[in-house]
Amino acid sequence: MIELQNVTKSYGDQALLSDVNLQITPGSFHFLTGPSGAGKSTLLKLFYAELRPTGGRLKLFGTDVTRMNRNQVARTRRRLGVVHQDCRFIDHLTIAENIALPLQVAGQLTEADMQNLHELLHWVGLRDRSQALPQELSGGERQRAALARAIIVDPEIILADEPTGNVDWEMAGRLLQLLIELNRMGKTVVIATHDLNLIRAAKSQVQTRVLRIRDRKLQIAGADL
Amino acid sequence: MNRILAFLGGHEGDGRIVPPAGMTAHLTMFSAAAMSFLAVFALVLTLAASRLAEHWSTALAGTATVRVTAPADQQEARVAAVMAILGTTDGVVAARPLERSEHEALLAPWLGENLPLEELLIPQLIEVQVAPDGLDALGLTLRLQAEAPGAVYDDHTRWRAPLARAAARLRMLGWGAIGLIGLTLAAVVALSAKAALAANRQEIDVLHLVGAEDSYIARAFVWRFTGRAVAGALLGTLVGAVAVALVPDDPGAGSFLTGLQPDAAGWALTALVPLATAAVAYLATRITVLRLLKEKLR
Repeated sequence: MIELQNVTKSYGDQALLSDVNLQITPGSFHFLTGPSGAGKSTLLKLFYAELRPTGGRLKLFGTDVTRMNRNQVARTRRRLGVVHQDCRFIDHLTIAENIALPLQVAGQLTEADMQNLHELLHWVGLRDRSQALPQELSGGERQRAALARAIIVDPEIILADEPTGNVDWEMAGRLLQLLIELNRMGKTVVIATHDLNLIRAAKSQVQTRVLRIRDRKLQIAGADL
Repeated sequence: MNRILAFLGGHEGDGRIVPPAGMTAHLTMFSAAAMSFLAVFALVLTLAASRLAEHWSTALAGTATVRVTAPADQQEARVAAVMAILGTTDGVVAARPLERSEHEALLAPWLGENLPLEELLIPQLIEVQVAPDGLDALGLTLRLQAEAPGAVYDDHTRWRAPLARAAARLRMLGWGAIGLIGLTLAAVVALSAKAALAANRQEIDVLHLVGAEDSYIARAFVWRFTGRAVAGALLGTLVGAVAVALVPDDPGAGSFLTGLQPDAAGWALTALVPLATAAVAYLATRITVLRLLKEKLR
């Protein structure tokens, strides 16, 4: 689904990632870890074509991203669900409208979707908060809303950047459960996190692969976790 | 109706994605109102100038005058000679010496009523109807000089030409003003759209991240700006039209200022002002937004 061959990403002369080789296969569950500033977010941004590689080849769903025009990038993003570190909502729209936004921009919002939206809000535990504005939600509620928005388009792969960064451990556990459930439904999941406890908690329930960024390279982490 | 109002206010459809009630939205509405108001006046003045130009170039065209000056005892013979010449000139449809009463009417405004015309040496005027193709004015003038000294052919060109030219120039200036008003509105709307785009950078990033194409984002802005512009234009046009309707109108007085009121076709043109405003706002926003979104390509 996502395929990287010798991918390099530099800012100016400074290479942040070099010679990254990776293949993310359907149904897999990946953790991406490493110290802050190592390039976790950058790698995720490469995955959803927010950034383009400065070297090597990156294929999304079989298409080389350097050959995609802006509209192709937009359409590819509808097959990806992204949970951003800072959530990124439109502040004057309600939570329900924000969650439905990916369908609305795709011109696919139907009556049936409104029913789905209702179930989705229930699933992430935000049924009573659907008419609230984003800034009225707590950190954990915002993260769950962001997850709901990521999966409303029924994406094939879910990318989450530090989804538990701003929430307490109990909420982090709930978010992880939601992501594990999605993986059991067949979704591919990639989570960038520096929280090793989260990785351990997941390992006991689901088969995961842990990728670590160290010295600009991507390594497969061993059993040392 | 409520839906239309909601749309114009930007509460309906994709326009909702652009935050409401920004300063740029109000500026767009105000500019559209002001420009429509100006456009209505420019249009009314242009149409009036247009009518005037037409009036000057057609009303007096097709007629000419021969002025016969001669000693009193020879005048009748001289007029007869001129009539004979006119009768054999190509392009003359009809010729008729003016009656005494008509001479009196022409002179009355200058010399007063009840003139003793017999005691004054007044040229006899002959009204000539000229065929649409015109006639050989030079040839006629030469023949008159030769056979009826003191008879002068005057086709009014000297009077008509400068007036018709001035009116035509006025009309051109009017259309130019309307064009400038349109361009100014386009510039204001484009700048507003640019400012709105910068102010809503965060929303646009979010839209891109959830898979919105540029055309979708452009549409959201275009809805909002066109809606605001139309609302402003309707207001401006209405106020402008009422103001024009309140200008005292007396076409009989025959002056430019009292003949401002447009005819039915003119009012219909005025009603097109909001439509034109909508088109200008739509194009200006769309072109601006699409271009700016492309520039952000990394």
